[in-house]
Amino acid sequence: MSFQHRHLLGIEPLSPADITIILDLAEQYVTLNRSARKHSEALAGLTQINMFFEASTRTQASFELAGKRLGADVMNMAMQSSSLKKGETLIDTALTLNAMHADLLVVRHPHSGAVDLLAQKVNCAVLNAGDGRHEHPTQALLDALTIRRAKGRLHRLNIAICGDIAHSRVARSNILLLGKMENRVRLIGPPTLVPSQFAEFGAEIYDDMREGLNGVDVVMMLRLQKERMDGGFIPSEREYYHRYGLDAEKLACAKPDAIVMHPGPMNRGVEIDGEIADDINRSVIQEQVEMGVAVRMAAMDLLARNLREAPQTVMA
Amino acid sequence: MTTLLKNARLIDPEKSTETNGWLLIEGTVIRETGPAGPGEPAADEIIDCQGKCLAPGIVDIGVKVAEPGERHKESYRSAGLAAAAGGVTTMVTRPDTAPAIDTPEVLEFVRRRANEAAPVNVLPMAALTKGRAGREMAEIGFLMDAGAAAFTDCDRVVANTKVFTRALTYARGLGALVIAHVQEPGLSAGASATSGKFATLRGLAGVSSMAERMGLDRDIALLETTRARYHADQITTARALPALERAKGNGLDITAGTSIHHLTLNELDVADYRTFFKVKPPLRSEDDRMATVEAVASGLIDIISSMHTPQDEESKRLPFEEAASGAVALETFLPAALRLVHAGQLTLPQLFRAISLNPANRLNLSSGRLSKGAPADLVLFDPDTPFVLDRFTLNSKSKNTPFDGQRMQGKVHATFVGGEKVFG
Repeated sequence: MSFQHRHLLGIEPLSPADITIILDLAEQYVTLNRSARKHSEALAGLTQINMFFEASTRTQASFELAGKRLGADVMNMAMQSSSLKKGETLIDTALTLNAMHADLLVVRHPHSGAVDLLAQKVNCAVLNAGDGRHEHPTQALLDALTIRRAKGRLHRLNIAICGDIAHSRVARSNILLLGKMENRVRLIGPPTLVPSQFAEFGAEIYDDMREGLNGVDVVMMLRLQKERMDGGFIPSEREYYHRYGLDAEKLACAKPDAIVMHPGPMNRGVEIDGEIADDINRSVIQEQVEMGVAVRMAAMDLLARNLREAPQTVMA
Repeated sequence: MTTLLKNARLIDPEKSTETNGWLLIEGTVIRETGPAGPGEPAADEIIDCQGKCLAPGIVDIGVKVAEPGERHKESYRSAGLAAAAGGVTTMVTRPDTAPAIDTPEVLEFVRRRANEAAPVNVLPMAALTKGRAGREMAEIGFLMDAGAAAFTDCDRVVANTKVFTRALTYARGLGALVIAHVQEPGLSAGASATSGKFATLRGLAGVSSMAERMGLDRDIALLETTRARYHADQITTARALPALERAKGNGLDITAGTSIHHLTLNELDVADYRTFFKVKPPLRSEDDRMATVEAVASGLIDIISSMHTPQDEESKRLPFEEAASGAVALETFLPAALRLVHAGQLTLPQLFRAISLNPANRLNLSSGRLSKGAPADLVLFDPDTPFVLDRFTLNSKSKNTPFDGQRMQGKVHATFVGGEKVFG
């Protein structure tokens, strides 16, 4: 079994075996990252460019650190402020990157499908760091690694994803990944944020949070994306917190050893109670950040291996 | 001057027949048709059709020619050549240009340009409201005098119901045909896909198929009070069909169209964000597509249009949600429509009823039929010739077709407009 992909654009094209390969390699990088000399030569000589068309601190830092630990030359391009405002199209950007001989391209973009479009036009390996409301594959992979380490397995678990599912690429990637690994996924939120179409993905939908959390192994909270709330999907923050904010009382419905996850950044007091977020016995939120670096190292390492094996295409 | 087209398979949508025979053109009109065998008339010119299909030329309501404003996308010359090559003998053009065709002066400019440049008939439509802004009605009377074939704000819904009611009432007084885009604009704002599993998986903002029915329901209610002549440009969902059927049953002056793309493609064709498949309204589910095909076969949907919409590469090579909508279709219209014939869903006379006879009747044209005295606007085609479409062979200046690289069947061999051969 080997990892046969040129890009990491989403969870959708990955097989369960692909996912296991990434997670197994990531375990090795967790060990490396915890050692004194946190450095490998896996990406030595390669150029990694991080292009973020949408502001991000955490994901960009995680990819940057992952690349640096693997010995790549890492460059960050803050795209939200630069050339797009000057009218350059995504295709022009791709041609520019080809001319720079980038090897790995990490892209975040506010529009669904934009990363796919870029991947069709560039010669390098592309990693999707989040496109619109479509996918955010490394987030789902790091969540999977966190769950596997905490629960000892990544199958036959009951996992609840709570909050703004409709606008969340994290939710889509997680639903796909957890489904592929044969877990039961529950989606919890008001019907305006959890459209019924998600039932077609094999998920169970709950609008009552206590009912939805009953007996789950994992509680995955999502950020309430205030910036996407253009149409008034919920009446108010305080009503949302009352019905869907994770507090001790609602968490008591889950299994006693259920873990609490959040992709960050958190809105304390909107979707999650501050004390739960900081409870080291329940919350694995800090561990998620750690796994993020390891998973991104693994993904880039695997893509770089394929890049070195494949004959370099001549630039168009 | 007489021309005899002999040894043809005559597709007659009026009589719903498909017969072997001949057709005699005298000057600009059809003089006679007759069955194969002895008794063919003499003529100045004789064309042996070798058993190919001869049908009334296509009357295509809703063609976008990007003049004035964006001639680099499509001119009357390029659109006219594309139409001739596609068997479209009458283009009924849209006013969603820049500026919009909303004054008699612009309409006259367009008519002059069209007559100079296009080898086929061009009938321009005019905007229903000034600037297609939905606030004040355009000069419907003057525009009719200047030759406007119908009035439409194209893909913009006149959201202000009072403005729309007044425009319908005023148009009724003049006997003008109003063509509307049926959509609930609040629901469809910002959407680039039909809501459902596919849109959810791709993370695209979707519009419920209910938005089309709500738009149609509103317009039907207004027709009950205004009794205007009305045509819904594109009905594409199963949910809208019962409302349409009831409105027709109640005797309202309503007809409905659909687009060739909604009859031959579905939402899954968008696949990994292929923007050439982005149209307005968005492609629908397979269930909706099948229901729409059945409605065309039954005659509930009267007219199929190409909804030809040229877009340049720059406006399509963008992330799906940012990319422009629309597809060129004049040249692929007939081969795409023949897919429905080859699939056994429509007969050839049924097809030409929807693409020639019905649109001509709706616009009070004498074309669209093979009867004596009708204009000799004809298309000669072989429904079976296979080919693989290469978009760069299209005559349109813009090459944004969803059928690029696809296997198609059916080739136009000749197109006649007013008895004159304009293609082939």
